[in-house]
Amino acid sequence: MKDIRRIMEERILVLDGAMGTMIQAYNFTEEDYRGERFKDYPTPLQGNNDLLSLTQPEAIKTIHSKYFEAGADIAETNTFSGTTIAMADYQMENLVYELNYESARLAREVADEFTAKEPHKPRFVAGSIGPTNRTASMSPDVNDPGYRAITFDELRIAYKQQVEALLDGGADILLVETVFDTLNAKAALFSIEEVKEERGIDVPIMLSGTITDASGRTLSGQTAEAFLISVSHIPLLSVGFNCALGANLLQPHLEAIANKTPFAVSAHPNAGLPNAFGEYDQTPEEMGAQIEEYLKKNLINIIGGCCGTTPAHIKVIADIAAKYESRKMMVGSYE
Amino acid sequence: MKLSGLEPLVLNENSNFINVGERTNVAGSRKFLRLIKEEKFDEALDIARHQVDGGAQIIDINMDDGLIDGVSSMVRFLNLIAAEPDICRVPIMIDSSKWEIIEAGLQVVQGKCVVNSISLKEGEEKFIWEAKQIKRYGAAVIVMAFDEVGQADNYERRIEIAKRSYDVLVNKVGFPSEDIIFDLNIFPVATGMEEHRRNAIDFIEATRWVRENLPNASVSGGVSNVSFSFRGNNVVREAMHSVFLYYAIQNGMNMGIVNPAMLEVYDDIPKDLLEHVEDVILDRRDDATERLLEFAETVKGTKKEKTVDLSWRNNPLQDRITHALVKGIDAFIIEDVEEARVSVEKPLHVIEGHLMTGMNVVGDLFGEGKMFLPQVVKSARVMKKAVAYLNPFIEADKDEEQQALGKILMATVKGDVHDIGKNIVSVVLGCNNYEIVDLGVMVPPEKILEAAKQENVDAIGLSGLITPSLDEMVYLAKEMERENMNIPLLIGGATTSKAHTAVKIDTQYKNAVVHVNDASRAVTVVGDLLNRQTSNVYVAKLKKDYEEFREKFLKRGKQKTYLSLKEARENKFKINWETTHIVKPKEIGIQTLEQVTLKEIEPYIDWTPFFRSWDLHGKYPDILKDELVGEQATILFNDAQKILKKIVEKRLLKPKAIFGLFEANSINDDDISIQKKGKEVGVFRTLRQQLKKRQGVPNIALSDFIAPKETGITDYMGCFATAIFGADELAKSYKDQDDDYNAIMVQALADRFAEGFAEYLHKRIRTKHWGYAAEENYTNEELIKEVYKGIRPAPGYPACPDHLEKLTIWEILNVEKAIGVKLTESLAMWPGAAVSGYYFANEEAKYFGLGKIKEDQVQDFAKRKDIDVEYAKKWLAPNLSE
Repeated sequence: MKDIRRIMEERILVLDGAMGTMIQAYNFTEEDYRGERFKDYPTPLQGNNDLLSLTQPEAIKTIHSKYFEAGADIAETNTFSGTTIAMADYQMENLVYELNYESARLAREVADEFTAKEPHKPRFVAGSIGPTNRTASMSPDVNDPGYRAITFDELRIAYKQQVEALLDGGADILLVETVFDTLNAKAALFSIEEVKEERGIDVPIMLSGTITDASGRTLSGQTAEAFLISVSHIPLLSVGFNCALGANLLQPHLEAIANKTPFAVSAHPNAGLPNAFGEYDQTPEEMGAQIEEYLKKNLINIIGGCCGTTPAHIKVIADIAAKYESRKMMVGSYE
Repeated sequence: MKLSGLEPLVLNENSNFINVGERTNVAGSRKFLRLIKEEKFDEALDIARHQVDGGAQIIDINMDDGLIDGVSSMVRFLNLIAAEPDICRVPIMIDSSKWEIIEAGLQVVQGKCVVNSISLKEGEEKFIWEAKQIKRYGAAVIVMAFDEVGQADNYERRIEIAKRSYDVLVNKVGFPSEDIIFDLNIFPVATGMEEHRRNAIDFIEATRWVRENLPNASVSGGVSNVSFSFRGNNVVREAMHSVFLYYAIQNGMNMGIVNPAMLEVYDDIPKDLLEHVEDVILDRRDDATERLLEFAETVKGTKKEKTVDLSWRNNPLQDRITHALVKGIDAFIIEDVEEARVSVEKPLHVIEGHLMTGMNVVGDLFGEGKMFLPQVVKSARVMKKAVAYLNPFIEADKDEEQQALGKILMATVKGDVHDIGKNIVSVVLGCNNYEIVDLGVMVPPEKILEAAKQENVDAIGLSGLITPSLDEMVYLAKEMERENMNIPLLIGGATTSKAHTAVKIDTQYKNAVVHVNDASRAVTVVGDLLNRQTSNVYVAKLKKDYEEFREKFLKRGKQKTYLSLKEARENKFKINWETTHIVKPKEIGIQTLEQVTLKEIEPYIDWTPFFRSWDLHGKYPDILKDELVGEQATILFNDAQKILKKIVEKRLLKPKAIFGLFEANSINDDDISIQKKGKEVGVFRTLRQQLKKRQGVPNIALSDFIAPKETGITDYMGCFATAIFGADELAKSYKDQDDDYNAIMVQALADRFAEGFAEYLHKRIRTKHWGYAAEENYTNEELIKEVYKGIRPAPGYPACPDHLEKLTIWEILNVEKAIGVKLTESLAMWPGAAVSGYYFANEEAKYFGLGKIKEDQVQDFAKRKDIDVEYAKKWLAPNLSE
């Protein structure tokens, strides 16, 4: 298969949209989440979306197919919470390897089907590595600012397990995403480097932060540029932002990094800001129009969607992306 | 080289010398060592803060001392620094000779650090391994000029070790060359030993060699070493540091550990002292050392330490408290709070007054994006300290009742880490004598329920900022119902709303569910909920209120009945065209206005919306005296006046306007035909209210204000556009100076000018160009209240929500060509500070809201406009009834 870096020089690559939004539409019940295998599991399992790769694999495959049909080049695995840390909520730490392996395998299967059908447009699988639900550089206890609920090493070990399983299951890319605390991301990058060295392989890494405040900072307080500097020690396939505020509010942050990095730039914003009911009501056309603004400015190499986006959004985005040239990458000062 | 704390630090060829703060080093500061030994971390943090305030761009942290646990002290201190945004905005230099301390430090800092240091001292293998780890952790590195043989102490050894280290790092490790910093060893001069004479000059020359021969590498060093033999004579030491740096920097030293308080300005060094010091540093004379020693005796004396800016301490009490809260400084809060306490009747008033005033500023700043999360958390900490100090006084002040009024559990729900709102509410409730059980952030529902039962709390408060938190709250309410709990549930946080609470949460739980979004309201709500005598009544009332709210919300729009378009037209607004007074405009036709000055417009500015744009609510000028926002409003208003004056005087913005007055008649009920000399030049399509009104109330369309063609009467109407040019550029010039406050100010003012210009122009139309109210004489206040005759509705606003009509105005007036105001594809005007609209002069013309319209009108409208129905629906979407 053609190297993703080569393809990215030729055109803008399209990442898929929200997994959670698509799963929501199925209205799965507690029983659906459990399936036969976990019907007697001691904890409530509804809401454990990653588990659906085991209990409702056809639904997950269908979602991947829909995104590929809409024009996505890259599917994200259903593994946003696939670490022992995040799975502790469901007492499913022991299932982490299997969850990641199976999710990657499902996405791989669907991607390969599409690649076979359309060899001119190879499909890729990005192993989604979420931020976990702990922050390594902030205290959850306002009275004890020096306290940490998680250490670098705990994160590193958890991420390493996820990375190994994702690669074994067939991921082509690793996507460290929704980074709200840069130290968590650094632990993920550290573990990826370890795996790369141990296995003697190279694997493209996408890294995507999230900016949640009006102040234009990450949750852990860094500016976009400080964030970029803090993660640029590892050769990345791409760096960018996702989630958080809608597409239009992401633009200044993309601009802040686009001319300062030798790596590709990615964005996968939410479909606008949620309404009072937590629903996203930005239409594909509205979102497409906002995204077109960054493509016009030549800021982007990889574009996709986060919370609230659907195949309809990705279709519009893919059609727009096809009209524009990929951002020209600088000759790197990093190797 | 690029480093980062919360903010970036980029070194390139054009950068100035980077100053590394050295006082947070147990080896260099006895005070710091003592504080760490005694675990007085708060005071140790003050030293770090002092460094940053004093201009350190990186802070060096060293815990190498036999009597302290280096790893745990390093981790503890770095974790605490991470919670101090005014310190950790700069990058950290992790300084240790022990690898385990360096690694522990690298594991707790999110930004890109500098490791200080590694060297070839213990051979290449260890050097390579450590460098590889450092690279993987994402830090830059200081390499000491040290190898297996020993420390480099002359020019040749320095360059030999530097070259070897560089080659190993770049070629064997793949370390980015720009992340390599050499410490070429600064040794003392004037020690009296012959072999030390060239210590400074060798360093300086080796620095030049490194910068010329090892691409991208930097050179650093600990400057105070050079003057070691003059300990006790700060005048000489400061001069030596300054001279040393002066030459080292010229030769390429771009970074260094310098105590800014121990540095004289080069130009301020007395000539004679300078000469003696330069002789020593540059090794210019054989007797340089003796001469300087002799001279030094004459200039002994100590100088005052330079300190941080404490001028804010001279401000009035409230300003000081606000300053401390906004900046998160707790050093003086106790004394300030004490001063406040003795000035008020009850200690609680300090919390409700002084402290809440300050916290409101924090809240506003956060809302405007001028403060960010960690800072606000710090403010809350200062607040806590203040409250903790006041608590005993409050206790003592209480009559008999010593017990807490109730126990409230507070938690940010699972999956969410946002807790400022929760913390503020907790603090305020705590201040009001409620005991708070704060479970922190990301709390799973089971834990909330368990703690609620165990602690036997009287209410649960949930907070969340991101949307999935809403579902968590619903889930928790369900669980509370399932467990048959009987305590109220409070809901707060940015994404929460009364609507969501009423519709989705309240229905899940039999006891009270209340949406409380600001801290001040929380106190009264909780008070009512927990009052034993009246709570039953209150809860019942709440339940009913939410039920009603829910019903109303769900039914919104559904109950209403509409007339068909035909019926609505039959019920149009009727003007008696026989008796009404129609005035022919004095100047029919199109005119542009480019000569109006900002000074002329200024009196027409309506300030109330200006404050609203800054999230300060209230009517001008009363808002300036408002209890809650008055102070902020006044500050804002004064700032606005300053920049307004500059804009007006220097004419930094350019107003332009165009208007046209024409003959007009309404045709086919809802359209208005615009004519020039009897020839139609355009047609405005207006929309008619369709909501069924009570008897005698008409269904209005703007066309009702113009005489119908069939009356045979010639009527008139106008249209206009005003705009303010130059605001974007001016705002950008502020933004480029990192002055977002004034950038936003410019934009807000430009908007006010555009509106003011429209007001001004309308007056000119009424009194001059059209002249139907030549005699009118209203005050500006009356103008803002629109007491005058005639209206100027704007497309996109309630009377005519259809933005497409702007295209017609643009066509008729040729706006873009005449004054350069463009319409974007979404029909927004550019420049953004612009107003366009129609003029109706009939004395019966009035503003109204169109409300929802029905399918039949959309069909009709699309047909009249000759556009696709779907296209029409897209533009009219907000006005379509369900």
